[in-house]
Amino acid sequence: MDNQTETKRHFSFGDFYSKLGPLVALIVLIVLVSILNFSFLDPLNLLNLLRQVSINALIAFGMEFVILTGGIDLSVGSILALSGAFTAQLVLMGVPSFIAFLIGMVTGGIFGALNGVLIAYGKAAPFIATLATQTIFRGATYVFTKGNPITGAKMSNNFGFQFFGQGYLFGIPFPVYIMVLFYILAFILLHRTTFGRKTYALGGNPRAAFVAGVKNNKMIIWIYTLAGFLSAVAGMILTSRLASAQPDAGVAYEMDAIAAVVLGGTSLAGGKGKMFGTLIGALIIGVLNNGMNLLGISSFYQQIVKGIVILVAVLLDRKQAKA
Amino acid sequence: MEIDMQHISKAFGPNVVLKDVNFSVKGGEVHALMGENGAGKSTMMNILTGLLEPNGGSIKVDGKETHFASALEAEQHGISFIHQEMNNFGEMPILDNMFLNKEIKTRFGFIDNAKMKAIAQKSLAKLDVKLDLNQPIGNLSVGQQQMIEIAKSLMTDAKIIIMDEPTAALTENEIGKLFDVIKSLKAQGVGIIYISHRMEELFEISDRVTVMRDGLTINTYNTKETNVKQIVHDMVGRDMGDFYPDRHPKFGKVMLETNKLTREGVFKDISFSVRSGEILAFSGLMGAGRTEVMRAIFGIDKLDSGTITVNGKQVKISNPSDAIKDNIGFLTEDRKSEGLILDDSIADNIDLPSIEGFVKHGMIDRKADRDFVNLLMKRLTVKANSAEDEAGSLSGGNQQKVVLAKWVGSGSQVLILDEPTRGVDVGAKREIYDLMNELTDRGTAIIMVSSDLDEVLGFSDNIAVLYEGKLMGVVPTATATQESVMTLATGGEN
Repeated sequence: MDNQTETKRHFSFGDFYSKLGPLVALIVLIVLVSILNFSFLDPLNLLNLLRQVSINALIAFGMEFVILTGGIDLSVGSILALSGAFTAQLVLMGVPSFIAFLIGMVTGGIFGALNGVLIAYGKAAPFIATLATQTIFRGATYVFTKGNPITGAKMSNNFGFQFFGQGYLFGIPFPVYIMVLFYILAFILLHRTTFGRKTYALGGNPRAAFVAGVKNNKMIIWIYTLAGFLSAVAGMILTSRLASAQPDAGVAYEMDAIAAVVLGGTSLAGGKGKMFGTLIGALIIGVLNNGMNLLGISSFYQQIVKGIVILVAVLLDRKQAKA
Repeated sequence: MEIDMQHISKAFGPNVVLKDVNFSVKGGEVHALMGENGAGKSTMMNILTGLLEPNGGSIKVDGKETHFASALEAEQHGISFIHQEMNNFGEMPILDNMFLNKEIKTRFGFIDNAKMKAIAQKSLAKLDVKLDLNQPIGNLSVGQQQMIEIAKSLMTDAKIIIMDEPTAALTENEIGKLFDVIKSLKAQGVGIIYISHRMEELFEISDRVTVMRDGLTINTYNTKETNVKQIVHDMVGRDMGDFYPDRHPKFGKVMLETNKLTREGVFKDISFSVRSGEILAFSGLMGAGRTEVMRAIFGIDKLDSGTITVNGKQVKISNPSDAIKDNIGFLTEDRKSEGLILDDSIADNIDLPSIEGFVKHGMIDRKADRDFVNLLMKRLTVKANSAEDEAGSLSGGNQQKVVLAKWVGSGSQVLILDEPTRGVDVGAKREIYDLMNELTDRGTAIIMVSSDLDEVLGFSDNIAVLYEGKLMGVVPTATATQESVMTLATGGEN
């Protein structure tokens, strides 16, 4: 029967997409862009691309955990800006860069924990809770910076501070090392520890997870804390790279992070997805951005293309869920 | 109306579900369709009602070759299907659920609630159900929702009604009402296809019975001319021995003791104890508070007062995680919403409560974990291709075994089983009983909540009976009878 061959095709295709689809899409994209503009493969361009990707990838690693629970975090961009502003101010006040970075990251974690508390104990829908905190954190950033960039000689003439976002180690941008380090940590946390297993359980069926002894509220708070922390790490890179904390830094970054997670094959309904997919998703977005710039496509069209790519990924995800 | 299905076959890809099945039903008869889970009963009914396309065979309605393209078309021809799995919208009022996509409109095109309400109430009255139809359907128990489902089908002018496990969630009382309705439908010339795992029901209500196994029709009998042994034999392909295995309990020390457990408005002053090696059954009508007591003991719901002692030590349980640490396990009534993560693998379901025990250097020791899972799957005879299969792909009986494996694996010394054999086929039922015997032999204390009075009387050592949130008494199973338990369950003195 028609019916049955169709089911079969959907099934195997869906299966294939969820396992290798994102990787294949990335390779096809790279080949395509390389053919259209050979300078894409220039090592300098590729390293530059990786550095650009690192910020979005870090946020997306945290977003992956959040989305696996069936949640969403819209406040990541604002957390990035606010923690970056704190760090910049601390550096201007003479605090050693290393300590200022650490404090910035921890503050990001605390902002994330606040999201978690609202969602776990306030029973607020993640979309609404983080939409509210997105505005609150952004407003706080404007208040803190008085609407102007925070910058100064202590930042622009500070090797330690600038190395984090601008430095190179063995010819590779330092942010790339940070991205790889946190990818490995996030991968282990998700796929090798009980924390990860509980994340999947929570997203798959929160009631069954609770009955099986998972402390749902505690898990949710930790997961949003993680998302906030990783956004702040991204904020450190951005602040260091620009040698300045911009009050409107990170606006709409949540979109690219969510897109990376979805492109990587993670289900927005929660419970299904892989950290590797999210890394690939972030790279796809990076290649798209970089490639379209190289090809001289206007930024207006770039947005349309990115939107279409995300739509296609979501439609494929739906097909997969049906099969 | 008469339906005749001949030589029906159906495959999903390489998976052949129906090989050659014959089944017929005519107006005024109750034809029971029996078979273990996976025998193909539901597929057969889905084909009849246009939900699935057969690969071969013919369907004749009143002698005419017919093909329903959709469930709606089958319904318009007078075939109504009461599904076992209810597809309700929990937040929507009962009334809206009952008339979903069949709303009655006034001549101005607005929804005519008054008329809909009158029709619904008339149909519910036949089942003796009185409910505020404006409340969300999610407020109702599974049994009440099942009654609504039956009422929905009575509202249509059905000539043939298919009932898939209609009594799985009903109390004895509700089953009585349902049977009265079935008898009156029969008298009106309605034909009924009755799917059930409960042997005694089939003999009470059916005229004919067809047994299916592995996608084949094994036999069709006049119910009067057959017996339980014959049917069980046909279903499992071998003799089963007695339905309930014997109990030879050796009681040890008290494993769990409760003292005046109270949750305001739900249950009050519940004090009981269960010993090592004992099966203590909890009986009572729907709404008596059996499940609620168990949920509170396990830390899912909060207690207002009362104390719990496990293994001689008073414990404080504020969430399931605490209960698991005190070696209590809880197989919930509703395995799909609380027992399993259906999209996750069997392995990931089984090891979830025990996962902290497999941490080595901060990471999960995958080999030890998988060995543990495989051992449990073998011990509980979970039938699956691999531990990595999705839990949702298993049959009801095997899903239940996965939940049991989860709690056996977490080292439960007190095991609370809420309706352990609901929606489970005969063969798997027997395996679950055997397993319970094995567990109590090893010293586990089991609390079995069950709405099936036969099961309570057939497979327990003591019976605790609840009525409206109060414990009416605990009686030894050996001296209990249907009447004595029902008397307590309805609030009478023993």
